[in-house]
Amino acid sequence: MLAALWHWSREGQVVRLELKVIKDTLLVQIGGELDILAADRIRQEIDRVMQARKIQKLILDLEEISFMDSAGLGVILGRYKKISAVGGKMYIVRAHPGIRKILELAGVHKLVTLCQDEKEIISL
Amino acid sequence: MPENVAWARTCAAALVAQLDCTLEELEEVKLVVSEAVTNCIIHGYENQRDGRIVVELALYEERVLEVAVIDYGRGIEDLEKAMQAGYSSDPERTGMGFVFMRSFTDHLEVDSAPGKGTKVKMVRDFGQRDRQALA
Repeated sequence: MLAALWHWSREGQVVRLELKVIKDTLLVQIGGELDILAADRIRQEIDRVMQARKIQKLILDLEEISFMDSAGLGVILGRYKKISAVGGKMYIVRAHPGIRKILELAGVHKLVTLCQDEKEIISL
Repeated sequence: MPENVAWARTCAAALVAQLDCTLEELEEVKLVVSEAVTNCIIHGYENQRDGRIVVELALYEERVLEVAVIDYGRGIEDLEKAMQAGYSSDPERTGMGFVFMRSFTDHLEVDSAPGKGTKVKMVRDFGQRDRQALA
């Protein structure tokens, strides 16, 4: 298993990003506020690992996200397009009701499977 | 600057927190302010860091919040197209900004002139429920 953890702060806004690779699965835990300020860096780090490790299953754990707007949604939909382009699948776990509402309004739930946790996905 | 988006939405939330509103409503106010200010940065000023953005917040006695977000950037040529769900001039964006602004407010008004800038005005009526209950 390969694991990496980033923790950065800009103008008092703290973002936590943890990436774990288990075989061809990438588990991404994002914490903090996912907006325009955090979006670029999160996008870059996920894409780098997805490409280098030939990822087929991408799991986004959104439990620790305290705020997300359409810039954050762009990160999610962009990664969906990338993993779909290589024949892979994407899952979202632990999205709390506020985040779930945004995902549903944007129709993300029709493209990506929303699950309680990652256990069943990893064993698939 | 992108750093100021969090500051703008936090100010709006601080003002609205005076009202007896739910956490969900507070989050929705943060979301619409974030969308409007982000639009100014990305579309109005095309990510240039020195653009001027004015955020006006007004809270009325009837528990009505009025938000105006103004930029003096490039403006929107085709407003109708820009407000469509899924439309964005930037491929890394989702085009959901105006959808969220419309969904989580009671009134949305956009004035824009190419080369002059854009003003987004949003109204959220938190007292609507109370007045309906009293009627």
